[in-house]
Amino acid sequence: MTWFHGFLQQDAPPLLAGMFAAIACALCGSFLVLRRMSLMGDAISHAVLPGIVAAFLLSDSLATLPVFIGAAAVGVLTSLLSELVHRVGRVEPGASMGVVFTILFSIGVIWLEQIGGRSVHLDADCVLYGNMQNAIWPEAPTTLAGLLSLEALSTLPHAVQTLAIAVVVNIVLIVLFFKELRLSAFDPTLAKALGYRPALMHAALMTLVAITTVAAFEAVGSILVVAMLIVPGVVGHLFCDRLGSLLIVATLAAILASAGGYAAGAVLNLDTTGMVGVMLGIVLIGAGLIAPKHGWLARWFRRLRLRVATAREDMLGALWRLEELPTTGDTPVPAPAARELKHAVGGGFIARLAFHRLLARGEAVPTGKRGRVSFSGNEARPLFSRILFLSFRGGGGEQRIVLTEAGRTRARGVVRAHRLWETYLVKILGLRPDHVHDTAMTLEHITDDALRERLAKRVDDARTDPHGSAIPEDRS
Amino acid sequence: MMLHLAASATTITPPSAEMDLIRAAFEVLTFRAGANSAVVLLGTMLLGLACGITGSFLLLRRRALVADALSHAALPGVALGYIVITLLGGDGKSLFYLLPAAAVFGVLGVITLQIINTLPRVKEDAAIGSVLSVFFALGIVLLGIANRLASGEPAGLNRFIFGQAASMQINEVWVILALGGIAALIPILFYKELRLLCFDAGFARSLGWSTLALDGALLAVVTMLTVAGLHAVGAILMVALLIIPPAAARCWTDRLWKMVIIAGVFGAVGSALGVTASAVIDDVPTGPAIVLGCAILFIISLLLAPRRGLVARWIDNRRSVARMRLDLARGAMR
Repeated sequence: MTWFHGFLQQDAPPLLAGMFAAIACALCGSFLVLRRMSLMGDAISHAVLPGIVAAFLLSDSLATLPVFIGAAAVGVLTSLLSELVHRVGRVEPGASMGVVFTILFSIGVIWLEQIGGRSVHLDADCVLYGNMQNAIWPEAPTTLAGLLSLEALSTLPHAVQTLAIAVVVNIVLIVLFFKELRLSAFDPTLAKALGYRPALMHAALMTLVAITTVAAFEAVGSILVVAMLIVPGVVGHLFCDRLGSLLIVATLAAILASAGGYAAGAVLNLDTTGMVGVMLGIVLIGAGLIAPKHGWLARWFRRLRLRVATAREDMLGALWRLEELPTTGDTPVPAPAARELKHAVGGGFIARLAFHRLLARGEAVPTGKRGRVSFSGNEARPLFSRILFLSFRGGGGEQRIVLTEAGRTRARGVVRAHRLWETYLVKILGLRPDHVHDTAMTLEHITDDALRERLAKRVDDARTDPHGSAIPEDRS
Repeated sequence: MMLHLAASATTITPPSAEMDLIRAAFEVLTFRAGANSAVVLLGTMLLGLACGITGSFLLLRRRALVADALSHAALPGVALGYIVITLLGGDGKSLFYLLPAAAVFGVLGVITLQIINTLPRVKEDAAIGSVLSVFFALGIVLLGIANRLASGEPAGLNRFIFGQAASMQINEVWVILALGGIAALIPILFYKELRLLCFDAGFARSLGWSTLALDGALLAVVTMLTVAGLHAVGAILMVALLIIPPAAARCWTDRLWKMVIIAGVFGAVGSALGVTASAVIDDVPTGPAIVLGCAILFIISLLLAPRRGLVARWIDNRRSVARMRLDLARGAMR
């Protein structure tokens, strides 16, 4: 299977490197996001540069133990120096991080130029963009079964192996210290009171981030590391309320973005590192749209439902008030046309939806002439087209609409709440009678039965509202 | 005036290899070390001055890192501008097209930031970090496309990341002068409004002023500066020029107008220091050197500023301890 072999040799290493880097960063980065320290990730990923250069001078290669130690030291140093600048210089926390990391980064760049002759493998471009594309696996096995041998796997490029270890380290540490990390993230004061050491946890987290950052550098460069640290955590937080599921969703988002970005880059012949970053952005926007409770679409639907319910209750109130008008003998109960009813609550899309809901809940029915209930011959049509017909044409704009018994009960509750509120506002709060109608119009929609009856007790079961209208009795 | 430049062009050609370091520095600072360094010195000093002034308001308004996001977000604009203009047959590298393109994308970045901020669970720092890195990644992708279009010559678009102050041309100095001039003028014209915005935005709103418009004006000014400074010090280091001089100035005074002036001076002096160091020492890139120049001023301010500096507070501490001891002794003797 030469395609497979070719894939393993050329595509698998950068793909795996990117995915492992994304997973490792997603894990420790989620804690940064939760603790509102996202920009510390940005700061550390810039500030580790001098640490890397220092260690590189000592050991002459990247991603070895001295480099990680150097990076860890710089990670903690960045955090400490930011605190120092914040306390001593009275600079706000975000700006003090900016001061520290730009200075450290500049030191790193200058140092890099100074050792220019020796740095065959380390230059500013590599640090910025990473080297993902250039990893290859010459000794890749030729069969699927060959992948299962440890010997074959040990010939994977150095970067991939390092990142795999980084993932494992992250998982192990997070599982071991889950309780401590969780408490320190959400309630450091309680953590301290209980005897945990939040300061230690903080330093440990910074170290973990610094080490993961350095491991990911070689694969994806420093700018993308920032995206990998922050975006998965944000996505997880949008979907989940519990820390465990947050971490899982973050990992999934990381895998999706890195694999998708790599694939898109390979197919469209674009820079793969950049495409992973762009894909992270797309995942973020997607999550923002579809997240069940907090996403934009969910909020839009919630708001729509609320507005439709309010409009429906307004319609009920209007129909009830029409029924209250005095009628003599022959004149039928005034029933508004559907068109007028919709217009009365403001018209438009919301009114049409509200009207449809009104009829669907059986709270009102269209009538023909002489008070007969009729559906204008639609009963013969199949259900689907009837629903369509109703919802798009509102059952005919000229049809007269009348409350059903169910509707009357509901309308009674709404109008009772309205008039009780008006009484309360005038009698208890001392507002002027001509000022209370609009407020009551808003309040009536958020008054449930319990609140309504407490209102009634509060105004001593008044019989009429300040405008003289009778307050409907409670018949629930 | 087109000038001959050194090959690597991240550092300035030192005037003469054998000259004594200090004499060389002096020559650079007094604009006598050749037209190249003179231009760079002038340009960066102007930039430092404008950044110091504007950055003071940014710092007080706690918007410093939004400037970071803005400068990173401008990168895709540069690349896209290059691609579009080159495809349309024009000179893709001309600043005339690239700078507006950078500005547009910078503003897009800030708008995206505001949109993401409307999501309830996303904190502001996470939003800034996300926008910053994703836009930058987009810039890298577009840069890859642009590099392929740049037939033959290496696309100097990478300079927008690190900056290449050493290869600054006189026309770029005009750009800095123009943009920096407006950028410095606006805070002066709207000083009262901006001052209130920084210290009591609620009161400003109650007076009927639109904090949105004022914030927008501030951000517009920062965009202009970022765009002007992009090819001098690069995206990554722009935020340093906007934060460090004002933070240093803050140590010296409690009055806003004094802080603004001192920040401007520090910005200019820091730039001068950096440019000089870059000119006389080998292998020192100019952008980072400027940042370190400002950093030196910052550290000096932290230590030596009259009331808020570390040394001053230590002396004050010792004095009050001594006074307390004296009082205790007096009290014990009664």
